[in-house]
Amino acid sequence: MRVNFTVNGRPQEADDVWEGESLLYVLRERLGLPGSKNACEQGECGSCTVRLDGVPVCSCLVAAGQAEGRDVVTVEGLADFAKQRAEGGCASGACGTTLQDAQQWKAKGTDSQTGEGTELSPIQQAFIDAGAVQCGFCTPGLLVASDELLERNPNPSDADIREALSGNLCRCTGYEKIMDAVRLAAARQSEEV
Amino acid sequence: MPTNGAPTKITQGSQTKGGIGESTLRPDGTLKVTGEFAYSSDMWHEDMLWGQILRSTVAHAEIVSIDISEALAMAGVYAVLTYDDLPTEVKNYGLEIQDTPVLAHGKVRHHGEPVALVAADHPETARRAAAKIKVDYRELPVITDEASATAPDAILVHENRDDHHAGHVPHPNIVHRQPIIRGNVEEARKRADVIVEGEYTFGMQDQAFLGPESGLAVPEEDGGVHLYVATQWLHSDLKQIAPVLGLPEEKVRMTLSGVGGAFGGREDLSMQIHACLLALRTGKPVKIVYNRFESFFGHVHRHPAKLYYEHGATKDGKLTHMKCKIVLDGGAYASASPAVVGNASSLSVGPYVVDDVDIEAIALYSNNPPCGAMRGFGAVQACFAYEAQMDKLAKKLGMDPVEFRQLNAMEQGTIMPTGQPVDSPAPVAELLRRVKAMPMPPERQWESSEGADVRQLPGGLSNTTHGENVVRGVGIAVGIKNVGFSEGFDDYSTAKVRMEVIGGEPVVTVHTAMAEVGQGGVTVHAQIARTELGVTQVTIHPADTQVGSAGSTSASRQTYVTGGAVKNTCELVREKVLEIGRRKFGSYHPAWATAELLLEGGKVVTDGGEVLGDLADVLEGEVVEIEEEWRHRPTEAFDLRTGQGNGHVQYSFAAHRAVVEVDTELGLVKVIELACAQDVGKALNPLSVVGQIQGGTTQGLGVAVMEEIIVDPKTAKVRNPSFTDYLIPTILDTPTIPVDVLELADDHAPYGLRGIGEAPTLSSTPAVLAAIRNATGLELNRTPVRPEHLTGTA
Amino acid sequence: MDFLRPASWEEALAAKAEHPTAVPIAGGTDVMVEINFDHRRPEYLLDLNRIGDLTEWEVGEESVRLGASVPYTRIMENLRAELPGLALASHTVASPQIRNRGGVGGNLGTASPAGDAHPALLAAGAEVEAESAARGTRLIPIDDFYTGVKRNALQPDELIRAVHVKKADGPQQYSKVGTRNAMVIAVCAFGLALHPETRTVRTGIGSAAPTPVRAKAAEEFLNAALEEGGFWDNGKIITPSVAKQFAELCSGGCNPIDDVRGTASYRRHAVGVMARRTLTWTWESYRGARRASEGAA
Repeated sequence: MRVNFTVNGRPQEADDVWEGESLLYVLRERLGLPGSKNACEQGECGSCTVRLDGVPVCSCLVAAGQAEGRDVVTVEGLADFAKQRAEGGCASGACGTTLQDAQQWKAKGTDSQTGEGTELSPIQQAFIDAGAVQCGFCTPGLLVASDELLERNPNPSDADIREALSGNLCRCTGYEKIMDAVRLAAARQSEEV
Repeated sequence: MPTNGAPTKITQGSQTKGGIGESTLRPDGTLKVTGEFAYSSDMWHEDMLWGQILRSTVAHAEIVSIDISEALAMAGVYAVLTYDDLPTEVKNYGLEIQDTPVLAHGKVRHHGEPVALVAADHPETARRAAAKIKVDYRELPVITDEASATAPDAILVHENRDDHHAGHVPHPNIVHRQPIIRGNVEEARKRADVIVEGEYTFGMQDQAFLGPESGLAVPEEDGGVHLYVATQWLHSDLKQIAPVLGLPEEKVRMTLSGVGGAFGGREDLSMQIHACLLALRTGKPVKIVYNRFESFFGHVHRHPAKLYYEHGATKDGKLTHMKCKIVLDGGAYASASPAVVGNASSLSVGPYVVDDVDIEAIALYSNNPPCGAMRGFGAVQACFAYEAQMDKLAKKLGMDPVEFRQLNAMEQGTIMPTGQPVDSPAPVAELLRRVKAMPMPPERQWESSEGADVRQLPGGLSNTTHGENVVRGVGIAVGIKNVGFSEGFDDYSTAKVRMEVIGGEPVVTVHTAMAEVGQGGVTVHAQIARTELGVTQVTIHPADTQVGSAGSTSASRQTYVTGGAVKNTCELVREKVLEIGRRKFGSYHPAWATAELLLEGGKVVTDGGEVLGDLADVLEGEVVEIEEEWRHRPTEAFDLRTGQGNGHVQYSFAAHRAVVEVDTELGLVKVIELACAQDVGKALNPLSVVGQIQGGTTQGLGVAVMEEIIVDPKTAKVRNPSFTDYLIPTILDTPTIPVDVLELADDHAPYGLRGIGEAPTLSSTPAVLAAIRNATGLELNRTPVRPEHLTGTA
Repeated sequence: MDFLRPASWEEALAAKAEHPTAVPIAGGTDVMVEINFDHRRPEYLLDLNRIGDLTEWEVGEESVRLGASVPYTRIMENLRAELPGLALASHTVASPQIRNRGGVGGNLGTASPAGDAHPALLAAGAEVEAESAARGTRLIPIDDFYTGVKRNALQPDELIRAVHVKKADGPQQYSKVGTRNAMVIAVCAFGLALHPETRTVRTGIGSAAPTPVRAKAAEEFLNAALEEGGFWDNGKIITPSVAKQFAELCSGGCNPIDDVRGTASYRRHAVGVMARRTLTWTWESYRGARRASEGAA
């Protein structure tokens, strides 16, 4: 079947989709957006978290066909999404990664690319600064979930952070640096205001 | 009691920004937060096929027949392979003993063993085809424990063993046995005023890395194959893959893809050979990605263990002797079992002084899932048991458990049960003092003006208690782990370092085959290069097999060994650069010849601080590139009868204090705080060091209260291969983890550093168990402890 | 496999009538896992996401008509006063991501004994609104809904449109045991609702029998004991012996199995503990409310 939906502000079309495919599979294997991660495919780890019409969901539990006509934000679009939110504009439309850009994604090795010049959202920067990234496999899902938490609750208590992120497993960090990162992003956010 | 070791002398590069000792940020951080970092499961190729593995549905059976005809006839299916399709005489692989069939031959020995492979144009087509392969099994009795493995009439898991352990084991279903005898236990026992015995059980833990086994094999024009994969040791993979494919090693090119965690679970091969076989057969790129269910069958687990301990002590609290037997279940294939036995036996006494010991460790062959490497292997199981013993002894003697441990703590100069002297700082008593001295977390943090905050109570969001029957407990434990590969293994690493001028700036490229699995080796390598070569711009080349082996990312060894190799090669490059400088500029300034020269901040300076010139000028028109192997000091094998030998390179120590709150009526546990003190020798990157300690601590917490692969003892089948039923700690299960880092230099190691990755996983588990015992008064001789164990309803 | 995307409820009923084997999918929590892990290959998937009114609710005089797909997050946030037991249960469902998408209809459709909503529905009192194109709407009392392990009273051509849950007329509680502090499937669960209007107590037990069940003997015992002691009127503390016997009868109402999540013996024990605690919490709350209203009067 064919599925049309918007990803990171750009209309996308996937063809020959098998009806049992998940949104996660379509993003990763058909749209060149592998940032959302395939750690458990059973809704038990949060690595595949995306915003579906603004709501954080496990994309592994969304049938591809259910995404028809809907609006998806993935980690690849998080920086633009946060920027537009900060600027208070561009709910949809010509923001984010172009289809061409998205499909040009290709394998990159672990070189020393520091990505300087890449514009990051505050939560992305905080994860790097706080040492919240180790293997990084849980990171995309945690970023989407943390960003949404801070959007809802700019000044969360530790218990609020733990509750909001309780659907995202991390196996490397012991979560302490993730807590630090969310606190850091919240603090930076409140300084700006 | 040592509180300060020799300060580590770092002169070279101490003025260069981003060098060692700083918490520089990960070079791959930006790619990882933007979703661009290419993990092995993200690899994609035009025209690629999907590989699928058909696995055995039973644990132990003869294969009567395999019929692939229906699968092969399906549209979209490009290949179906079984044992008969293997191209050469080499049909097995293995880390130390090549006993693992690439595809089952006539027999399966564990639930989930690979039997056949499919390549198809879509994962669903591949799954449907695999489901159409008909395998006729004739089931055999299963071997599941020591009794069934060593019974006189036991079926042999592997017949006709000819490996190097076969000759000395008491039964062919024992992979390896290592006794350690020192002193005279019978005599020493007579001096004991108290004797404590215990029988302990350690459950089967899974690494549960989040990035599933995956990779992409691309056939190449020269008949070879290029494999992009997530692994812990590229060259070890290569040695096992190439012979099975019938290719010379240079025709199997391997590039490390992004690795989504490892923790030992990627030390053995998983999909590597399978993907290559399918790619070579079909002539197309083949991608294999396990799902979580398959991942539980696709890698080895931590050895479950039974541990029998006897300790004695005098009434003034001095240990007299220790006798133990440790039975590790290695499952169907050897994997790392021999090394796990070596660690378990040689570290079974813990970080304590005991002169008279009688130790025996064995690993079984059984029909349970194969077990092998996981963070802290061998030492983790032993630490759980000996720390329980220490608490029992202290209790029996009426002593404070920390003071009792301190009284018996090893220190620099202590002789290990293997006869090996501990020749670098061993601040065991000090680590215990530090965790004990940390401020206690406030009581009843769950109380708020709006009633109980269940998120901070046992049971969490499930709303099981509002404070009823919640009892606090505190426990302390300490452990010892060896660093690096032991027992005479030639444990080396290779680093290639290139220095040149690009755009007027001196730039260094570091190329190793080290598997970055998340630990931050790439960060540290860049720091070392900056320190040694006085530059700021360092590029880390992707890890591949175009450079010599870096050894495994395991055994807490990479910063030590590959870090040591990078340091060593950088030193050679520095000499070369200075040689060029002397040649070019020596005549302009006498200091070039007379002073000790350093590279700092992009300049050549004298040890007196005088700047002699810019590196950019020295290197103008020159490229310095050196590839060199580096080894730590050699170790020896343990004697097979006495266990004597200088088997280990270095030891690593950590202590934990756990504070728990237990709902004693429901048997639910909330860990409130898990404080750790660890000696790291030298923290090359303090932020990463703390991150490693916190992560290791949490894995220890997991196996204390929830993590266990449950195998049906009747069928040897895995009952919970999913993240629904194999639970790892969430952020609501994980407490704050304050870390106190001690830096006592080991003069034998680069920069005085100590391998750190594993030690925190050891003592975390027994500390939590001790705290639960403290809260409940129960004996608790197994881990993980489940609610039924705390409520008498097991 | 075919993917059916009805745009309206009528279209969905027609599709289900035409393809009775079609598997409805809304939040995807159960269905997608089965598909991802190759446990199920339905001929048709029937997507209910496009039917907007399934995510709506109406608060009526007696009950709340809760659309089958109202996400658990919405129940937690918006229906805490009307459906406190279900709101508490919703908060224990899986993860925030799943609570954002999953709804009670999925729990009812799957009818797993471990579904988190069931004990709360049993305790509150509810009716499942099922509908088919051929026979229209019927209301199935929750007590008759669960018919076996993962089986329910739905006909092959029926879909769940909503569930009518009685509005709370007294305190309600919900408690669930899992071996993790979040994102965990119930080892067992317990729901309890006080119904001061009818002077009754209702219960619900999850994951401790082949289906979700009420502990009827325990309810009868407690109803009688409360009546006899005049507790509803005098607001006295329930005596420990009454609470203890109630807990024991709740344990006795279980018919659990040993599995990887827990032993049968533990489940019986834990249900008893949860029964006693939830009774204490709700009764304390009832007494508090009585005192408050007396104080006001």
